[in-house]
Amino acid sequence: MIRDITLGQYFPGDSVIHRLDPRVKIIATLMFIIELFIVDNFIGFAIAAICLGLVIAVSKVPLSFILRGLKPILIILMFTFALNIFMVDGRILWQWGFLKITAEGLRLAVFMAIRLVLLLMGSSMLTLCTRPLSLTDGIERLLAPLKKIGVPAHEIAMMMTIALRFIPTLLEETDKIMKAQQARGADFETGNLIQKAKALIPILVPLFVSAFRIAQDLAMAMEARCYRGGDNRTRMHEMKLKGRDYVAVLLLIVFLAVIIIETRLF
Amino acid sequence: MDNIISIQNLTFEYLRDEDQMNIKAIDNVSLEIERGSFTAVIGKNGSGKSTLAKNLNGLLIPTEGVIYVDGFDTRDDNHIWDVRQTAGMVFQNPDNQLVSAIVEDDVAFGPENLGIEPDEIRRRVDKALEDVNMGQFRKKAPHLLSGGQKQRIAIAGVVAMKPKCIIFDEPTAMLDPKGRSEIMSIIDELHEEGITVILITHFMEEAVRAQRVIIMNEGHVLMDGTPQEVYANEEVLKAANLEMPLMFEVGAKLRQQGIDVPSHIITEEEMVEFICQYK
Amino acid sequence: MSIQVENLVHIYDKGMPSEQIALDNISFTCEDGQMVGIIGHTGSGKSTLLQHLNGLLKPHSGRVIVGDVDITQPGVPMVQIRRKIGLVFQYPEYQLFEETVAKDVAFGPKNLGLDEEEIEERVREAIELVGLDYEEIKDRSPFDLSGGQKRRVAIAGVVAMRPEVLILDEPTAGLDPKAHQDVLKMVREVHERTGNITILVSHNMGDIAEMSDKVVVIDSGHLVAVGTPYEVFSKKEELRRVGLELPPITQFTEKLREKGIGIDSTILDVDTAAMQIAQYLKKEK
Repeated sequence: MIRDITLGQYFPGDSVIHRLDPRVKIIATLMFIIELFIVDNFIGFAIAAICLGLVIAVSKVPLSFILRGLKPILIILMFTFALNIFMVDGRILWQWGFLKITAEGLRLAVFMAIRLVLLLMGSSMLTLCTRPLSLTDGIERLLAPLKKIGVPAHEIAMMMTIALRFIPTLLEETDKIMKAQQARGADFETGNLIQKAKALIPILVPLFVSAFRIAQDLAMAMEARCYRGGDNRTRMHEMKLKGRDYVAVLLLIVFLAVIIIETRLF
Repeated sequence: MDNIISIQNLTFEYLRDEDQMNIKAIDNVSLEIERGSFTAVIGKNGSGKSTLAKNLNGLLIPTEGVIYVDGFDTRDDNHIWDVRQTAGMVFQNPDNQLVSAIVEDDVAFGPENLGIEPDEIRRRVDKALEDVNMGQFRKKAPHLLSGGQKQRIAIAGVVAMKPKCIIFDEPTAMLDPKGRSEIMSIIDELHEEGITVILITHFMEEAVRAQRVIIMNEGHVLMDGTPQEVYANEEVLKAANLEMPLMFEVGAKLRQQGIDVPSHIITEEEMVEFICQYK
Repeated sequence: MSIQVENLVHIYDKGMPSEQIALDNISFTCEDGQMVGIIGHTGSGKSTLLQHLNGLLKPHSGRVIVGDVDITQPGVPMVQIRRKIGLVFQYPEYQLFEETVAKDVAFGPKNLGLDEEEIEERVREAIELVGLDYEEIKDRSPFDLSGGQKRRVAIAGVVAMRPEVLILDEPTAGLDPKAHQDVLKMVREVHERTGNITILVSHNMGDIAEMSDKVVVIDSGHLVAVGTPYEVFSKKEELRRVGLELPPITQFTEKLREKGIGIDSTILDVDTAAMQIAQYLKKEK
């Protein structure tokens, strides 16, 4: 089950897309999402889809891998599609009882579906082609100017870094505790909802105790290694925009311009 | 004598949760640690040895008394980072002291906190990883490594900060024999390179590698001497609940059999030599 | 009651690129009342093997027969397996979760569906069996105890299920020498009092040599050796090949033999070693 979720996963690779500066990728993704909401006709979507297709091709991430990531949200997709197709008033194409399909509804439903699919594929490209840690680094640096108005940019990034480090550890811990309680006869599968919820207590309490112990140990280890927040801290991986990053920004501007002109024209 | 750490009348008290009592974990201890030396601090759980370790780099601050680390008073807020850079620390649990999901980024964490230039951090990280033989794992995620490997990363993270002294707080307690011997040989190497080593442990076989062994018991220094001196003192070992060296037992049993084994023989080599002289 | 492990094979991630054979054709038996020691490196497949012994994992092929029941068969009720086989994991104190020691120890018996009276009796018995004072400790929070005490309480939680086989995965890991000896002594007492099979996994060769009736050695999923401690530790070449050490006293007598001192090979206890060395010395003089 957990294996199926590709959303938010990293797909190791060495393509140009992988090597781009994370800041450029974050901004490009944001622009792409905004642009999906500006577009209001099929030609615009076609242009966006072609551009996304090009990026995917260059990244060498298999399309099937990306599509697999869409599976968990298929239900949401169908739900919004149904909602749009039946709930919008307009020229009636088909009617049965209180259910009716309108031309406007159909158009909107198809639009929203395309929008959602492109949006999810686009944003998953960001996580698929960027190491989680570069992503947190990128976010920290993009948020840095906002420190002046009190946004804790460094702290947010640090928390994300630590979460990335300890999620696998805690998953392992959960597995161990579950097995240990099973060996003591605990039953997590049968029973009604309340019984099932109660059965979680023997897992959750030790898990919280573990998490607190980790937090305590880690805080001490970080202090011992001279951690004192983000001030005066340098980074081993410097972020300098390289040639390819400028090219990417240029292409992004061209793409945006095309989309804006296109929406004006049609 | 040139001392890197000077502990003067250290007392450390803490409030015990269960009964709100003030407990003296360390009671009026004075010690000098010579620069470049290898000292083992040994004692059972609750003897105060870990509390002592955490006092040595300002993670805990003395209730009474003073500790100087390379001349810096650990109570002085202005120099706390100098203290921690001078005296690095490796902890017991290999899982809970690594910060980053990538090995080399974790090793870089300390130097980054010190505000060192990126190129220099890169050099230090590469060197530190080579020092602990973990170069080929630099891009790996820590949770995929064995306990011994994780502990080596933790050591590299401290080494990259170029400390003059490293305090190891039971670094092998959670490792298997293979991991244990890996860590012990790295500790030996670091000492040979000139780093002052303080090893907190409850394993006698690790303590004998040191030049000096301090036995802690109930917040006091019970004994302070060379491994031979400490090993030879059966009463002290018993009082501190420590494991008897195997040769102790062998010697005693041989004496029961009417063989006159001198009591100063406590290591395996000495015993082998003693027996072989009759060949 | 006996355990027969027959041609056990377990494969992780079958059919995936990461496919890995964790256990490859493992067979051995444990007889009634035996203390069986299992040794091997971390990652040798020991833990996978233990989890097969109480049905937490199912093998790819092969059988585990406990008494007269093949527990690898589908349809064998889990409760029945857990009743027979108690498994104490590494660092078992990390599973403690109840407000009081007595409640925590009662968790297993409760899951077996026993009545209140029976549960209380078993809890008292188990807590005393692991060497703790029932009246003194029963209402305390398990989180306020010392490391050694926590571990005993956690072991009591499994002992209270009165398993016919008790499996302990490195019960002394991370303890100081005093607590280490105490826990081993406790394991031996429980073993003697119940007269059941006890399976002990440890990295400490001295403990294994001293305590076990039978030793099983595993390396990278393969069975390296099985037999009495004497038989197993006589296979010095095989043990060296897989990087496992001899018990400390055996290492010492081996060194003497290398120097040409005429004593038996594979001496596993201090008494025998001292006796033989004394004999040799008296003869030489």
